[in-house]
Amino acid sequence: MLIYLLRKILYAIPVILAVNVLTFMLFFKLNSPDDMARMQLGQKYITTEALMGWKKAHGYDKPVFYNTQASSWHAFTDTLFFEKSVKLLIFDFGLSDSNRDIGQDLKTRMGPSLAVAIPSFILSIVLSIVIALFMVLYRNTGFEKFLIVSCIILMSISTLFYIIGGQFLVAKTWHWVPLSGYMPGWGQFKFIILPVVIAALSGLGANARWYRAIFLEEINKEYVQLAKAKGLSGFQIAFYHVLPNGALPILTGVVVLIPSLFMGSLLLESFFGIPGLGSYTIDAILQQDFAIVRVMVYLGTVLYLLGLILTDLTYSYVDPRVRLE
Amino acid sequence: MYCQGCWIAACVDKGYAFLSKLREQFIWLILIFFLSACHHQPHNNPYPSRDDKANVYYGAFSTPPKTLDPAKSYTVNEAQFISLIYETPLEYHYLKRPWALKPLLAEGLPQIRYLDAQGLPTLDRLKAKSSEYIIHIRPGIYYQPHPALARDTQGQLVYAHLSPAQAQHYHQISDFTQTGTRELTADDFVYEIKRLASPQVQSPIYGLMSGHIMDLAHLRARLEMQMQKNPKTPLDLRDYSFSGAEVLDRYTYRIRLSDPYPQFMYWLAMSFFAPYPWEADRFYSQPGFAHQNISIDWVPIGTGPYQLSQNNPNALLQLIKNPNFHREKLPQGLAHYAGEELPKIQGLEFYSEKESIPRWNKFLQGYYDQSGIGSDSFDAAIAYNAQGLPELKPKLRDQGIKLQISTEPSIFYLGFNWQDPIVGGADPKAQKLRQALSIAIDMQEYIQIFLNGRGQLAQGPLPPGIWGAKTGSDAFNPFIFKKEQGQVKRRSLAEAQKLLTEAGYPNGIDVKTGKPLKLTLSIASDSRIDEGTLYTWFIQQFAKLNIELNIESTTYNRFQDKLNSGATQIFFSGWLADYPDPENFLFLLYGPNGKVKYGGENISNYQNADFDREYLAMSRLRKGPERQAEIDRMVAEVQEDAPWIWGFYPVSFQLSQPWVFNNHANPLVNNALKYMALDPEQRFKSRLARNKLAVWPLWLMGLTLGLIMVCLWYLHRQQKNKKPASISIKGKGPLC
Repeated sequence: MLIYLLRKILYAIPVILAVNVLTFMLFFKLNSPDDMARMQLGQKYITTEALMGWKKAHGYDKPVFYNTQASSWHAFTDTLFFEKSVKLLIFDFGLSDSNRDIGQDLKTRMGPSLAVAIPSFILSIVLSIVIALFMVLYRNTGFEKFLIVSCIILMSISTLFYIIGGQFLVAKTWHWVPLSGYMPGWGQFKFIILPVVIAALSGLGANARWYRAIFLEEINKEYVQLAKAKGLSGFQIAFYHVLPNGALPILTGVVVLIPSLFMGSLLLESFFGIPGLGSYTIDAILQQDFAIVRVMVYLGTVLYLLGLILTDLTYSYVDPRVRLE
Repeated sequence: MYCQGCWIAACVDKGYAFLSKLREQFIWLILIFFLSACHHQPHNNPYPSRDDKANVYYGAFSTPPKTLDPAKSYTVNEAQFISLIYETPLEYHYLKRPWALKPLLAEGLPQIRYLDAQGLPTLDRLKAKSSEYIIHIRPGIYYQPHPALARDTQGQLVYAHLSPAQAQHYHQISDFTQTGTRELTADDFVYEIKRLASPQVQSPIYGLMSGHIMDLAHLRARLEMQMQKNPKTPLDLRDYSFSGAEVLDRYTYRIRLSDPYPQFMYWLAMSFFAPYPWEADRFYSQPGFAHQNISIDWVPIGTGPYQLSQNNPNALLQLIKNPNFHREKLPQGLAHYAGEELPKIQGLEFYSEKESIPRWNKFLQGYYDQSGIGSDSFDAAIAYNAQGLPELKPKLRDQGIKLQISTEPSIFYLGFNWQDPIVGGADPKAQKLRQALSIAIDMQEYIQIFLNGRGQLAQGPLPPGIWGAKTGSDAFNPFIFKKEQGQVKRRSLAEAQKLLTEAGYPNGIDVKTGKPLKLTLSIASDSRIDEGTLYTWFIQQFAKLNIELNIESTTYNRFQDKLNSGATQIFFSGWLADYPDPENFLFLLYGPNGKVKYGGENISNYQNADFDREYLAMSRLRKGPERQAEIDRMVAEVQEDAPWIWGFYPVSFQLSQPWVFNNHANPLVNNALKYMALDPEQRFKSRLARNKLAVWPLWLMGLTLGLIMVCLWYLHRQQKNKKPASISIKGKGPLC
């Protein structure tokens, strides 16, 4: 197991490097350091000297990947890519282009992101499983058809509609919760309840249909027939027999997402004014703050890879037939 | 069944137990919800209930400020905070129009001396070669409490010499237990001017100011040299002599300019010239502070009516009244509290609201005290009456919401690149082509379609309210409009086609080549507008003259690159005034300000020797008939030359709640909140009335849930009563 983990981590290094190279290439293809300087300095009276000054102060006065002015290995090390990447690899995030400490901002913003992401993640899975089991339990009935049609409707509606519709009904018309905002501590309950419900609802249709397919495969297996023969109720069969056996493929899709929960939701946080990492990323992209963008992409990659490793570990834990070698 | 899967079954068991506990909690939650409906506080209140009746202003910001350093910040969204924290030597009068300057930190307006080539004073501004401003500041003004100014009993700064280990203990500004203050002196103004040259600050106006303030470029060179020698040592600007700004005595300083630049007076009302204590630089330069976000970018130090108490650009910027604020009275002419001491509002809270829909709805619910009107909510708020004037919709009017309309000191236009061989240059044919296009492109229609009528058709480069700008029915561009039966009307399309024929393009065909005329319009892409409709509109406008239009939509940065290199033919752009002087608009057409040749702000690269000569004279003349005549000549010249298709002056609509007083629309006054007042009691009552809890949806939800449960029970019963199915194993027949 340890060797397997080590090998996985070693495999992850070239992936992380490749993503970092790709981020640099894409970002600087779209935004030159001059563009970034212009964005930070404003739009008026900007001289070439001012642009140069800003680039020098923020380390953007160097070539991106290869320095033709430098000799030997300095041609690679005296570059934007090397200088910005080395620190990133050891999780030293440094300052943003507007001089804020990124590590500090990440710490502050992680809480609000998780406050929405974790409950909505759990709620979505639990509800999806329950609905899927009901669909399987009452298959070939009008109730199942009603649930399937509901799932398809839920799947077909855009998340944006849920957000705007939810805000209109629950916050604007019924006045149950605030339209947007955030408050740390216990006060956050009223702010996060609507985004949590919306996040759970928007993924419910697709998840429930997927889980239904998994459970349908299980329901026709012989151990279920045997359970029926033993006189167990449909409810007992579904929740005590089908669910544990169908959980394995569900885990594959679920565990890989857990680390990514830290990254927050771009749309939800933006609309509900939640100061999380999703809105942090959006702000950085809009303000062309490359320092933040590359940190977020890097963290996203690392967390996704972590999710994949976690999935493998969970597999071996849940199903002992799977051996990590 | 896999025995390893038992843990899941166990989890399910635990889950049931948890759910049954949660069910009890949920019942309690529902009960609390209903009980609190009787409580006198709206459920959707986004603020703590203890602040219900607090004298606090609530506002929103969509883009977090990137810096609150007065020497660096140059955006409108940052100015609304900076202008409340920092003060400048001068400021704009809150109520007067046309805009007028008045002293703020200065005792009076600066004494300006114009000097000739020998350095002797002269009254002739046109012959002057340099100038100097002597500014006396008011004594007895103190900075807000700040740890950078805290001193011990020996008079030593408490937090100026922290070791890296000591500095690690401070994570935010509130961690410093001691604060201090000191009196504002002339040194602080001079120090700030030096900061404009500092390579560590990177002020955006350094390039502009180094062309005006004497010795500023030399100071920059010395500072850069010092930084090269000791890159890690913070600069102490007090060590550098600087002839551009000098302290004459404790309360007097002098700024020396290398040219007569009467408009410099307006810069003294901008945050770049706000005082800055040297102690702040010493304090913030200590190791580790930058990594705790303890820097002048995020923790300002000023003398203004408010001080920043919480700076979380992700969520909330909170300002409280500065306890050391000097005495200042509300101006006469205000409807409430005139002559009383300001500020009337005790605290200000600005919340991050990235999306316009929740921001607008929160304003309607009474949770924001003021709001603009987004295009998506315009129809819900405004209706045009029979006279074509905008009015509030009855629903808003009945709530007491107030509408204020003001024309902004800015202009949007379609510019022609003067270097382009087809549309540019002084050639009469090109001029006629530009005039023909100016007639054909109906910017009034643009205002109606894309701005909901929130714009005033531009007749020239000067927006109304700017000194020298002509208004009234006679102030129209005679090359595009004409007066018929006392009414100003756009010239006909036939006249435009005639001009087009004279330009060598009859019916849109180039007589030289016999091919249709094709023009290119460059636009910086803007996600806030419906670009497809906009482009179709532009194509239709050019098609009126049978001209084919190609639209090049790029990012803002690519658009700037194209302007810098002159790779445009026609482009869409705008300008927001720095100060309300005609010079700040007419310089956009001054030849030596050409973008391609000189890197200036004349992005159409317009060249007209007469205009340039008149510009130089106009920019130095005193306000009076002579200057007005010069401005009129210049405006007439550019109206005929048509280097721009004069677009529109934006009109802003601002809404205020009925409990907000003394709000006076003034686009140049960023610190209007210091003049304003609130009635928190009225606000609280209004919020209660506007946010009554709707309980019926709960009953509806309960009913739906009940119906589902009944269905489930019915299905469950049906299944239970069903005869058990026989089990068969493939090929072996039924087991039972």
